[in-house]
Amino acid sequence: MTVFDAPNSYIGRSIPRPNLSRLTQGRGTFVDDIELARMLHAAFLRSPHAHARIVKIDTGKAARLPGVVRVLTGTDIAAVFKPYVGVLTHLQGMRSPPQHPMPADVARCQGEPVAMVVAESRAQAEDAVEAIEVEWEELPAALDMERALEPGEPVIHPDFGNNLCWERNIDTGGVDAAFAAAHAVVEETFHFGRHTGVTLEPRALIADYSKAEEALTVYYSGQSPHMLQGTLASRLQVQEHKVRVVCKDVGGSFGIKIHTYGDEMATCAAAKILGRPIKFIADRQESFVADIHARDHRVTARLAVDKDGHILALEMDDLTGIGPFSMFPRSSGVECNQILNLTGGPYRIPQYRARGRVVFQNKAMMCQYRAVGHPIAVAVGEGLVDLAAAKIGMDPAEFRRRNLLPDDGYPCKSAAGMRFEGLSHQAALAKLLKLMDYDKLRAEQAALRKKGIYRGIGLASMIEVTNPSPMFYGVGGARIAAQDGCTLRLDAAAGLHCLTGVTEQGQGLEAVMTQIAATAVGVTLACVRMHTGDTDKTPYGGGTWASRATGIGGEAVLQAGIELKRRVLEIAARLLKTKPEELDLVESKIVKRGTSEQLMPLYELTRIVYYRTNELPDDIQPELVVTRHYRVKDYAFVFTNGVQASYLEVDTDTGFVRLLKHWCVEDCGRAINPKLVDEQCRGGIVQGIGGALYEHCIYDERGQLVTTTMADYLVPMPVEMPEMEIGHVETPTQTSALGAKGAGEAGTGGAPAAILNAINDALAPLGAKVNAQPSTPEVVLKALGKI
Amino acid sequence: MPERIGITLKVNGEEVRQEVPVRLNLADFLRQELALTGTHVGCEHGVCGACTLRVNGRIVRSCLMLAAQADGCDVQTIEGLAASGEIAALQNAFIEHNALQCGYCTPGMLFAAADYVAARRPPNREAVREHLSGNYCRCTGYQSIVDAVCEVAAQDATKGGHK
Amino acid sequence: MKAPSFSYERAESVANAIELLARHGPDAQILAGGQSLMPMLNFRVARPAVLVDINPIADLAAIRVDKKGVFIGALARHADIEHSGEVAEQLPLVAAAMPQIAHPAIRNRGTFGGSCALGDPAAELPACCVALGAEFRIAGPKGERSVPAAKFFAGVYTTALEPGELLLGAQFPARQPGYVSRFLELTRRHGDYAMVGAAAHGRLDKGRLSDLKFVYFAVGDRPIMAMGLARAVEGKPLDAATIDAAVAALKDDLDPPGDLHASSVLKRHLAGVIARRMLNEYATHKGA
Repeated sequence: MTVFDAPNSYIGRSIPRPNLSRLTQGRGTFVDDIELARMLHAAFLRSPHAHARIVKIDTGKAARLPGVVRVLTGTDIAAVFKPYVGVLTHLQGMRSPPQHPMPADVARCQGEPVAMVVAESRAQAEDAVEAIEVEWEELPAALDMERALEPGEPVIHPDFGNNLCWERNIDTGGVDAAFAAAHAVVEETFHFGRHTGVTLEPRALIADYSKAEEALTVYYSGQSPHMLQGTLASRLQVQEHKVRVVCKDVGGSFGIKIHTYGDEMATCAAAKILGRPIKFIADRQESFVADIHARDHRVTARLAVDKDGHILALEMDDLTGIGPFSMFPRSSGVECNQILNLTGGPYRIPQYRARGRVVFQNKAMMCQYRAVGHPIAVAVGEGLVDLAAAKIGMDPAEFRRRNLLPDDGYPCKSAAGMRFEGLSHQAALAKLLKLMDYDKLRAEQAALRKKGIYRGIGLASMIEVTNPSPMFYGVGGARIAAQDGCTLRLDAAAGLHCLTGVTEQGQGLEAVMTQIAATAVGVTLACVRMHTGDTDKTPYGGGTWASRATGIGGEAVLQAGIELKRRVLEIAARLLKTKPEELDLVESKIVKRGTSEQLMPLYELTRIVYYRTNELPDDIQPELVVTRHYRVKDYAFVFTNGVQASYLEVDTDTGFVRLLKHWCVEDCGRAINPKLVDEQCRGGIVQGIGGALYEHCIYDERGQLVTTTMADYLVPMPVEMPEMEIGHVETPTQTSALGAKGAGEAGTGGAPAAILNAINDALAPLGAKVNAQPSTPEVVLKALGKI
Repeated sequence: MPERIGITLKVNGEEVRQEVPVRLNLADFLRQELALTGTHVGCEHGVCGACTLRVNGRIVRSCLMLAAQADGCDVQTIEGLAASGEIAALQNAFIEHNALQCGYCTPGMLFAAADYVAARRPPNREAVREHLSGNYCRCTGYQSIVDAVCEVAAQDATKGGHK
Repeated sequence: MKAPSFSYERAESVANAIELLARHGPDAQILAGGQSLMPMLNFRVARPAVLVDINPIADLAAIRVDKKGVFIGALARHADIEHSGEVAEQLPLVAAAMPQIAHPAIRNRGTFGGSCALGDPAAELPACCVALGAEFRIAGPKGERSVPAAKFFAGVYTTALEPGELLLGAQFPARQPGYVSRFLELTRRHGDYAMVGAAAHGRLDKGRLSDLKFVYFAVGDRPIMAMGLARAVEGKPLDAATIDAAVAALKDDLDPPGDLHASSVLKRHLAGVIARRMLNEYATHKGA
């Protein structure tokens, strides 16, 4: 019997999360809820231009307004904050110039902060921002990524000679021959709009610098406290162990809150300059212009198949514009890199050629956002698969069955070089088709078509990158931990403290870790107390991103728990004059192994260990604390797989798409808390639907973002969203004892492809197809030739 | 100098007298002056619903009302609503169904949900979605929230019937 | 996004409001439900020196029915109109529009007068007022006056209200037998401003429409009465040929400017779709 199938195991059970009670009572602690003595508030003057030289900034009038404590410019901040360069050395050839929190010379996108007011209140700071006088010299802007590399286009960083940030090529060598020999070839150009995270709690931090201790404390709404600690220590020149980053409740993050933002860095710098705590809470308009954007790719791709529908080769060309810099420290090349790595990933593809180009432009910076690259890779791959199936007259489900990697063929390697350890594409597809009653749905669709009702069924198989090794960032020189750690500490009253380097973003991390810790040690859930998000307290770790928290952080908890239990039983055996193998720790009781017969309550043992050490044999250490760290080492990433389906109806008069139902079968390895996995899928799917149908950061021809309110940038709201049915296949990873892979991003990664394919399935009898997201009524009606 | 005004109102049943800047909105007043931080600010232009609370028994956006306008009003925040016991069933259902992830939308969402339940409306999924249509949640995808509200609305049905 | 500084005055009566507006001149702005003004203040787009809060004027919130018809006071909240039995009975067009306006918490605070006085061309209520032939009652320094809805809306965020005047409400004519209303709008998400919408009111007799007021919103700088469409259906059987002709007539009725979520071409197309659907509803209407 393993720890997982013991009768007292909490693993695999959908227990409610321990931290929800306070959140349903309005008793959470988000950054803006924190008030510190003598705290000041920051507001920023942001560039109104896409590209402009700062000829002069006059802060005199602003500085004299009521409540204003200091007005700082880029020059002031640069004096205390060293610049940073957002490149990863393993993405060879990538370049980006040094970047400052606020530029002193040239603003390179609208919304870039150029001056900062620190005042007694945010309202007063905003009053003063309006009073700062800037003389601008507008410069020609490079906006369109399609033209960014053309001669004559303004070059944003003249030293580079052109606007190329990075280019990557993959070629297995036989692509041309495969296409030449193909029975059928399909080709499409896909357009993916820019969108952004719209976390309901905007980015937020409070920086508090103590000149007496030369120490900086930052209360931060973020995902990677240790990463921020390292950035601030090195840039602000504070000893790293004297930088404390504290993340309490975080109101959504999704990859938005993991980057180095100029306004946040400037706030920390200003706190060091002034020696007073400073709060910066991005408002919604600032969020739209200054949070990272994502997607915005144009992909031209083609697929070759033989007469039986077997894929022979895939070729594609990806172009993306990332704004004027590559973001520090994760770089803005990763989305493109992922697209090249992942497109067609679920299938046997003998030959593959891909080119990805990442270009600079005078728009807001782009970087990693939930499901980085996946929505595009999956939409391109699955879009081509559906086109190919249609071209040879094969049902798209059957086409997938023939081409998906076989479940018994692992380990194996994809055409892009990704190594897969154990996936379940075929089982997942079979389960999905059953869950949705595919054949019945097809019959219903056919019957309705005769009545002029156009419904579509869209399938999307996918792989997802989870549990990344250092191959993601560490090898490229970024100070981002790939390993993660856990300390378990059993206190005198048998309370178990679990300290972990991964963080709670609302995904339910604290519940999952509680379940693992309680199971591994053998205590009740109620006696576990979680500690996350505090660099002074938790083991050094990477935080929450790339669906790593459960798979990596959870394994550290498991290993710490196993060792702590061993120590407890060793002590218990000595006290009870028996052998550890004769004992077990179950639900906080020392029992005779294999029975529920209590020999000693755990609290009796802990009291002896801490209070009555005289009763302990001399060679027993009174030490009920264990730390374990875990790293993924045999694979670069531990992939998951899944498959989704969308059923929708297109109103061919209005171009409106009505979502009828959505299904998802996900294999995230061992599911610690199936309910939480379901909810990650559901939330992720709706986020994917946002990009597929609604969300779009729209710029005008002068590089002004025109979608800066929530009335203009359309996020998914309750009425239009579908009901979602989730199923599971469990293929635990052998890379860890826990067997868990990540589950945070698959929903977002796969939904856009399912929607795109469903729309095209609905439109197929009308001879129309769409290739752009968001697929707005305008896009659909244009495809139908109605406008 | 910014203008200030004296206001007297009830907040969660307690009388509050305070002098406030007239430009201060109700959400900021509750959060900054009274430290009732359960009222969350998400967009400050009335779209996201995070700051939803009750004024004189009706749900409103507290970012779209001046504190000065709350003079003489009876304001209930999530802290008061939770303490009243009125939404105990909803809170339990939200926890049971994991109808919140980050919890930032939750206070406003609970006010909108309580409004639906208090009106004794039936557990109809479309009607619930429509009633919550002005409350944005980025985390859940809404289904679990609808599950939770419908469950409570159905419990209510067994107690006293719907309108 | 914190509002700029301003002064604040509470108006206790209509006379007091007029007096305050006169005293503060063009820098004064009336604050009613605040559901549009407060966002504009928070965005620092609206910069009034003085806000005159008319919410204390309880008289303005009334919804009254008499033999002349229905009077909806400027301070009547959307939710009060939505849940009014009198409105449902006398003004089914308005009742149909109400649930489409924003969301419950907004409707609890937003006012009838605010929606009309703002003059947003994408708003629902102005189109309903025009379709129903409402008369706006306005108070000013020189006394009261009335303006028919068709003349009240003068352009984007522009109405017949003069500086210093206060909208008191609108008088809707009593419901006439044989008249049937239809309301339809297309929004990306429930409660959003419409991409295109229309409010219609006309006499339906044995499947034929007459005296039809077919009023679009979100396709121009104000509510737009589709005169050509109305002429095309006047007194004719609502068959496919009539409806085709009516939709074709929209070409001259409308010249919609595009916006962020719908180009001019799309709006024109959707206006046709809406016309067709609403006229088909009239054609299949039971009970007339």
